[in-house]
Amino acid sequence: MSVLNHKKIAIASGKGGTGKTMLSVNLAGFLSKQKRVLLTDLDVEEPNCLLLLKEASVSEVVDAFKMIPSWDIDKCTFCGLCAKNCMFNAIVRLGPQIVVFKELCHSCYACTELCPENALPMQEVKIGQLTHVEDVNLIAVEGQLKIGEEQAVPMIEQALEYSTKFFDDSDIQILDCPPGNSCPLVAAVKDADFVILVTEPTPFGLNDLSIAVETVRIIGKKVGVVINKDGLGDSGVSDYCKENNVPILGKIKYDQRIASLYAQGELIYNKIGHVNQALIDIVSALEKEVV
Amino acid sequence: MEEIIILSGKGGTGKTSIAASLAMIAGKEVVVADCDVDAANMHLLLEPDFHYSEDFYSGILAEIDQLKCDQCGICHDVCRFDAIPFIDGKYVIDTLYCEGCGYCGRVCPQDAISLNERLAGKVHHSQIRSGTQMVHAKLGVGAENSGKLVAKVKDDARKIAKGLGKDIILVDGSPGIGCPVVSSLSGASLALMITEPSMSALHDMKRLYKMLSHFQIPALCVINKSDLSKDIVNEIHIWLKENNIKCISEIPFDESFVHAMIQKKTLIEYQEKYHTAFTVMWNELLDFLKNNKKNIYL
Repeated sequence: MSVLNHKKIAIASGKGGTGKTMLSVNLAGFLSKQKRVLLTDLDVEEPNCLLLLKEASVSEVVDAFKMIPSWDIDKCTFCGLCAKNCMFNAIVRLGPQIVVFKELCHSCYACTELCPENALPMQEVKIGQLTHVEDVNLIAVEGQLKIGEEQAVPMIEQALEYSTKFFDDSDIQILDCPPGNSCPLVAAVKDADFVILVTEPTPFGLNDLSIAVETVRIIGKKVGVVINKDGLGDSGVSDYCKENNVPILGKIKYDQRIASLYAQGELIYNKIGHVNQALIDIVSALEKEVV
Repeated sequence: MEEIIILSGKGGTGKTSIAASLAMIAGKEVVVADCDVDAANMHLLLEPDFHYSEDFYSGILAEIDQLKCDQCGICHDVCRFDAIPFIDGKYVIDTLYCEGCGYCGRVCPQDAISLNERLAGKVHHSQIRSGTQMVHAKLGVGAENSGKLVAKVKDDARKIAKGLGKDIILVDGSPGIGCPVVSSLSGASLALMITEPSMSALHDMKRLYKMLSHFQIPALCVINKSDLSKDIVNEIHIWLKENNIKCISEIPFDESFVHAMIQKKTLIEYQEKYHTAFTVMWNELLDFLKNNKKNIYL
């Protein structure tokens, strides 16, 4: 198992609901029998990992922030440079006021650092919270975006940063990524050593998988596929993987019991033998591919 | 004009299969918009003809003119997104990480950085098998601004609907509650939440509903895969009742969802029983629009 030591394994999927979180939590649980595992839930819009780790106890809950400019009325000369410099229309001059729209701000610091009067000092604004839980050999960190907050990326970055303080003490890190193929995914896999894409053998699964493979390869990450609900659909995903040289790390058989156990928030690998075997296969395939 | 948006919070609850079936039932009554631009799938079931396509530009991408650049590195220092690495003796823009804030361009002493419009995806207009029009899109790989692309899809759908004299837009939204979802909610008259009886789907629907309430958008619910867990179905019903949300349909788990998809068909074309079920569902939606015209967020 040594090749996986101190690796960061991202688990992602173009399509939602393919079993990304199911695999993340079960793989983390499975590995934690022999290793110290750090699991980071980066699906910050809808994080679910902690729902499945019922045995774990909460160690810490902290607020997560992003930086936005605040307006210092006493220093401001209403030159309007800040509004002109902001590409995101997050600062507007409205009559005798400078208004900051925090949802639109990307925290680029152009307004504050280019303000000739230093009238826009940056300040923290809460965008969500981080929860840190621990079980015997498992540390999990969840980032949860505040409802109504639009930008997932700063929340993902903070969950990653917060997790690093536990990384040295862990043997492996599993990153449960957000669905989709846009900026949240790019942010989530940024430091990963390997990306596992979980898919299902259906036309929707295939369509989203092919976009996800393209995205991950452009980012320059190694990628492998886990086919979940194997046997349910058609051979499109397997054919695609063969044609495009995407290694299939393992397959989890379609089994109604998995859906039922998962629905109740139960771990699965320790209750269904073929799932345990699938995880053994996935880990050994991963060891070959990560090198 | 009314806009019905189909959402789920959690992915994989059957949102798109259900949306496509509703689109077939609604036929020429509606214009369809696929706002799940990040992982669009509705086109796989509805046979769009792609009769019109347009590049979608949004946001800014910085570009360094290497002939003017003297490698001072100021751009690298001010960039908060680590998007200007120093590679092989020169500073380059990493297009994946550039957020288009333009800070680098404003401080470059050599004026070597230009800020250009960024190609962020493609928008398509199609006629679909039901005989009506659909607007759909594909976001560029790893691109930003999916919210803006969603806004463009909806805007085009509105214009087409107006031109054709249609009163309803049927929208397939994306999972989650972030920027593409928020963007798809602007102008929505009604949200249909597709859930399933699992702890995570219920948790996600609660978060979704909080957001809908925040924007004062009324909601209805469909429980898909309803035989997955009796206990959680009960829990969902209790929560729906507490929040005064009507459940307009329960659909037991059915492999037909996959088989229909493989044949590139919607459920209503695949099995007669779904034709009936989705007709009932569509009428519920129309009824709701007729009788509950309030709380419309503009």
